[in-house]
Amino acid sequence: MDILLQQIINGLVQGSVYALVALGYTMVYGILGLINFAHGEVVMVGAMVALSITQVLAGYALPPMVVLLISLLVASMVCMALGYGIERIAYRPLRNAPRLAPLITAIGVSIVLQNLAMIIWGRAYHAFPPLLPDSPHIIAGAIINEVQIAIILVAVVMMTGLLLLIHRTRLGRAMRAVAENPAIAALMGVNINAVISITFMLGSALAAVAGIMVAANYGIVHYYMGSILGLKAFTAAVLGGIGNLRGAMLGGVLLGLIESLGAGYIGDLSGGFFGSNYQDVFAFFVLIAVLVLRPSGLLGERVAERA
Amino acid sequence: MTQPADTLLQLSAVGKRFGGLVALSDVTLHIKRGEIYGLIGPNGAGKTTLFNILTGLYFLDTGSFTFDNNSYTRCPPHRLAQAGIARTFQNIRLFANMSALENIMVGRHLRTRTGIWGALTRHAAARAEEATTLQRAYELLRYVGISCPAHTLAKNLSYGEQRRLEIARALATEPKLLALDEPAAGMNATETASLKTLLQAIRAGGITVLLIEHDVKLILGLCDRVAVLDYGKKIAEGVPDEIRNDPAVITAYMGGHAT
Repeated sequence: MDILLQQIINGLVQGSVYALVALGYTMVYGILGLINFAHGEVVMVGAMVALSITQVLAGYALPPMVVLLISLLVASMVCMALGYGIERIAYRPLRNAPRLAPLITAIGVSIVLQNLAMIIWGRAYHAFPPLLPDSPHIIAGAIINEVQIAIILVAVVMMTGLLLLIHRTRLGRAMRAVAENPAIAALMGVNINAVISITFMLGSALAAVAGIMVAANYGIVHYYMGSILGLKAFTAAVLGGIGNLRGAMLGGVLLGLIESLGAGYIGDLSGGFFGSNYQDVFAFFVLIAVLVLRPSGLLGERVAERA
Repeated sequence: MTQPADTLLQLSAVGKRFGGLVALSDVTLHIKRGEIYGLIGPNGAGKTTLFNILTGLYFLDTGSFTFDNNSYTRCPPHRLAQAGIARTFQNIRLFANMSALENIMVGRHLRTRTGIWGALTRHAAARAEEATTLQRAYELLRYVGISCPAHTLAKNLSYGEQRRLEIARALATEPKLLALDEPAAGMNATETASLKTLLQAIRAGGITVLLIEHDVKLILGLCDRVAVLDYGKKIAEGVPDEIRNDPAVITAYMGGHAT
């Protein structure tokens, strides 16, 4: 029983991260109909920038909480600038090009970012310093630490904030209007390019936060950490129904749970033939299953169908 | 070029081609402030092309147009919306998955300014602006006579209400000129009659109306002046009585030669 609860906790933590990253994919898809395959690298850059900030601040004897907040702030701003730049350089010039073209530049941007990160931060695995007290709490035989509690809480707050922004503000209305019909939105005085830039920047800020969550949870960062995480978050977005915000949140949490429970029980179920190192298989099995059985995802069509 | 002060829109020798097809050629007309101006003509006469030029969806190839004494010959859609030209579409183009209320609120976008900073901090000015937007949207819903709940998704409104919602959304941009592309299409006699009342009320409120319509009875009964397009050319212009008896118009509509 305690294994079940433990795996559910682990799944929720991992799922929170997937959900935040999946939102970035789904927002961009909702507005541009484009998969931003460089999004996983933005997560990595967020974690790496946070690492550098902690190293710079290490000599000042600041409280860990302050260091964490400064890292969050700086990493978010760097990633927002990065997201803006990616859209300006790699996607905007191809706005009216065939759909394959921006897909290829996305992969190109991804490769460039990975290699830049390798040049800047090196090929080594870096230890990410513990910034929250690592005191485990035991609930009904399962362990959850403060970092994990913080991850779930921050994810819930950010997702609620995003939903409010999208559904309750002038900016959010403009974003949904552009997603539904850019030409008509322009007739209402909406600046399409500004809305698209802001969408990329919001997604990138969420990605930066997710990157720091991963770094804090595992204590390790690496220039390659973004690619597999990005693919899994993309899977989560597809699972929930790409283009649908609530779908990305649901898909992220579900994928985290599926992975975690799958990894926890695969050993027992296969008589020890497979081990928990097969964890990654579940995510991609889910991706294939969704694409075959329900390509529109759990929550159906994308929010906005172009007229 | 000088023009009378009461001219709101002046088109001078406007031409537009699509490849070998001449959609508009040498169209000159002017619309006075406060009038209801009708544009009729057979299918393919270039009426909608003219609307697309006025709202910045197409750029004209030759000629020019001025609106409210400024030239807007090559301007993107949001500049023309800013200048005060709003339109509806022949085939309804609402934001289908947004509520009736939200469609109108998007229309207010042009006249409001809260950006991302206001959205995140929700400071007093941003909240006040949002409250005004909401209030104005409710007023416009009532004004055009939509009675269903304000939070109904646009795609679930009845056909007639969708047409009215498009007009409300256009009015939300606070236009000087409201351009309506076949607003009565598909409406029954009762709906058309109440549309006529609505358009008269809009004009009485100080907004100039430009109307494309196939319902000749509606056009001739409502408009102060009417222009007739055929194959991209203006073949007649005048008050309804002149149009009704114009031989060129009769030929264009009935085919063959008027006798």
